[in-house]
Amino acid sequence: MGRTCLVVDDSRVVRKAARRMLENLGFAVNEAEDGAVALAACQRSLPDVVLLDWNMPVMDGLTFLKAARAAFGPDHPTVILCTTEAALDRIVEALGAGAQEYVMKPFDESILQSKLVQVGALPEPA
Amino acid sequence: MSASSSALSTAGFDFIAGLARSRSGIVLTPDKAYMMETRLSPLIRRAGLGSLDELVLKLRGPRAEKLTQEVVEALTTNESFFFRDGKPFEHLRRFLPTLRAARGPGTRLRVWSAACSSGQEAYSIAMILQELGLQAGPAEILGTDISMEMVERARSGVFTQFEVQRGLPVQLLVKHFRQIEGGRWQIADALRAAAEFRFWNLLDDPRSLGRFDAIFCRNVLIYFDTETKTRVLDRLAGLLLPGGVVYLGGAETVLGLTTRLVPVPGERGAYVVA
Repeated sequence: MGRTCLVVDDSRVVRKAARRMLENLGFAVNEAEDGAVALAACQRSLPDVVLLDWNMPVMDGLTFLKAARAAFGPDHPTVILCTTEAALDRIVEALGAGAQEYVMKPFDESILQSKLVQVGALPEPA
Repeated sequence: MSASSSALSTAGFDFIAGLARSRSGIVLTPDKAYMMETRLSPLIRRAGLGSLDELVLKLRGPRAEKLTQEVVEALTTNESFFFRDGKPFEHLRRFLPTLRAARGPGTRLRVWSAACSSGQEAYSIAMILQELGLQAGPAEILGTDISMEMVERARSGVFTQFEVQRGLPVQLLVKHFRQIEGGRWQIADALRAAAEFRFWNLLDDPRSLGRFDAIFCRNVLIYFDTETKTRVLDRLAGLLLPGGVVYLGGAETVLGLTTRLVPVPGERGAYVVA
């Protein structure tokens, strides 16, 4: 079974770029443009990994994260924040809310791969 | 500057390749001419020169020592990230407590990050030592590199946002780093104090560095010719304390190069004295 990732970001450009990188890394990718759409998608089918933007209209990333942890438990899905928010206290806040990893934008495929290895969603590259 | 004026003559390429080889052991074959031009062009601009061949003229002239060192530095590869290739660090985490027990209290463990670049490897080791309670007093870390610029960067313990995201779990970023200006991050003082960084050429006789319990020399030998690989590996073997380990890069081997080191069964990249 292939690994699945839900990319949650209000920017179509970021979703497209993330999709390309994740597909290169062997993931089947779905997209959502805000937290509410993402939550509905998770209720239909839980992805292995959620790549989650912080600042979005309708429902922001942290609200989604808290709702997802309440609904699906502390470990699943694996959530990697992916945001321009790069202050230490914001990172601590996201980890406290149950995020497993944190990507500061801008990012590239090597960073994304490194983070996916950290959370065990990808094997160590040979 | 047009492409043709910056292009390098064969004699010029051979001269710079010869310099790189004699100074750093790095072998540059003619297919690396483009790489040479790319890496040296900022230096050529800085030195107010017009082309690579002008640089060669200058290098052949008197008082070229500083420029020569700059050329060699520019031609070295400084790719580095935290906990690169995971496996050697997992091995170190298991191996050091055992070694410490065998050595007895009061013995200092010494770890060498040979060709340390900007310090990610040495600081990854420092994080492990701290986690094991072996930091500072009971252990010391030496990082060396042929690039003075890299040694200074490593000493500063400052990394870009990009660098702290490669290989470093975010939990360790939060635990061991503080945010400084310009979106950069600096490693905690305690970890900085645990590692010493020094300019060092791997081609030089390393006996003055003392002996080590663990030596990381990864993704360096790949740039050397066979003879140099053998010489460096034999010297590393000679610097190991009894029971010590050498870690090489995933694409590197001792096979056909030295019989003084043998792989640790089931531990990729780890070697002990035969």
